[in-house]
Amino acid sequence: MKTTSLLVAAGVCLAGAALAGPPAPSDVVYEDGAVAMSLTGVPGDPENGRSIMNKGAGNCIACHEVTALADLPFHGEIGPMLDGAADRWTEAELRGIVANAKVMFPESMMPSFYRTDGYIRPGDAYTGKAAPTPLEPLLTAQEIEDVVAFLMTLKEE
Amino acid sequence: MKKAYAPGLGTATALAAVLALTGPALGDPDDDALVINGETEIITEAPAPEHMEYIDTIYSGWRFRTDETQALELDDFDNPAMLAVDAAIDMFGTVEGAAGESCASCHDDPESFAGLAAHMPKVDEDGKLVVMEDLINECRTDRMQADEWKWNSLDMQSMVALIGLQSRGMPVDVAIDGPAAPYWEQGKEMYYTRYGKLELSCANCHEDNWGNMIRADHLSQGQITGFPVYRLKQATLISRHNRFKGCIRDTQAETFKEGSDEFRALELYVASRGNGLSVETPAVRQ
Repeated sequence: MKTTSLLVAAGVCLAGAALAGPPAPSDVVYEDGAVAMSLTGVPGDPENGRSIMNKGAGNCIACHEVTALADLPFHGEIGPMLDGAADRWTEAELRGIVANAKVMFPESMMPSFYRTDGYIRPGDAYTGKAAPTPLEPLLTAQEIEDVVAFLMTLKEE
Repeated sequence: MKKAYAPGLGTATALAAVLALTGPALGDPDDDALVINGETEIITEAPAPEHMEYIDTIYSGWRFRTDETQALELDDFDNPAMLAVDAAIDMFGTVEGAAGESCASCHDDPESFAGLAAHMPKVDEDGKLVVMEDLINECRTDRMQADEWKWNSLDMQSMVALIGLQSRGMPVDVAIDGPAAPYWEQGKEMYYTRYGKLELSCANCHEDNWGNMIRADHLSQGQITGFPVYRLKQATLISRHNRFKGCIRDTQAETFKEGSDEFRALELYVASRGNGLSVETPAVRQ
């Protein structure tokens, strides 16, 4: 991303997410893979984050094990265990990883949950048909915040 | 057993350790041996063919399934796919089409196809990559002057299963060089392409994470040596292309069609990753 667009994007964020609405996925500012600014300015709801971790568009536990979600069946073992995630990562880092893990870890298998470009044959959910344009991100900006809020509850220390 | 790192990761071992991109295989294949009807030994484990860079040992998907599912393949009387095979035996001798011929008019007996499935897909005399469904439909339309079968129809997949069964136990030996090379390269390219909004390639699951659980699924190496398989979830015979289509659909991608040239190429490449395992058709999977 060019410096100028970074500055513009930063300006948009500084102007207040509540006023301008969430930044488009391509306007989110990453610093070393982390995203410092809330995408919405509205505090995340960890309870809703919890349910996104399970089913639907998030389905985080398809790949990650989380002891706090032990009431839900079938946790995957593709990605790292998330217990203590809030001890290992800052909120900004978690936001960056959830929004687009490939900024921090280019080879990661993890889907980019707040991104709308660069896909090969993007589909319309699980129909097998081409996605309508413009593409929607896998999670909304507020859903990203909700998941981050839940992850911030995963403390062991 | 060593698990290889994903292509392109190179020295990023430390990074992989942090992200657990390719953790140790917690759910390795089991040690069960597959002998069908007490007589046909199936090779379910073999050294990986030389062309595979990231896997040392290849395993049949059977080795990743539960004991209950495995048991359904031990005896043909318990294998639900055999009903379809029996129907295909009947069809083999049934005259259809304007030419007044059946399969048996030219081919006598299904057993005359012993060995064929172990070498499919292959490139035909016209230089075109063909799979078993193509050969069957070519006979139906050109020789029998009958209607072609739809790719996923039970008739078609039953006949593919019957012909495959004649090679059961024989090691897969698919040619990847000569005229097959460009198709094979195309299939390999697809195998490593991260399709869809989830950006998942075949390799992400079946090369980097086989043995691991993804939600409730125990990931296998994605071998197709048992296809068409009786899939318990769908309670019918499933074609190779149908499974490819479903996998790519599940990456939230615009998938490809059964019978597409893309899937022919992918079938060749994936089949070649099974070179050395036995043909296991018709297998039973979850």
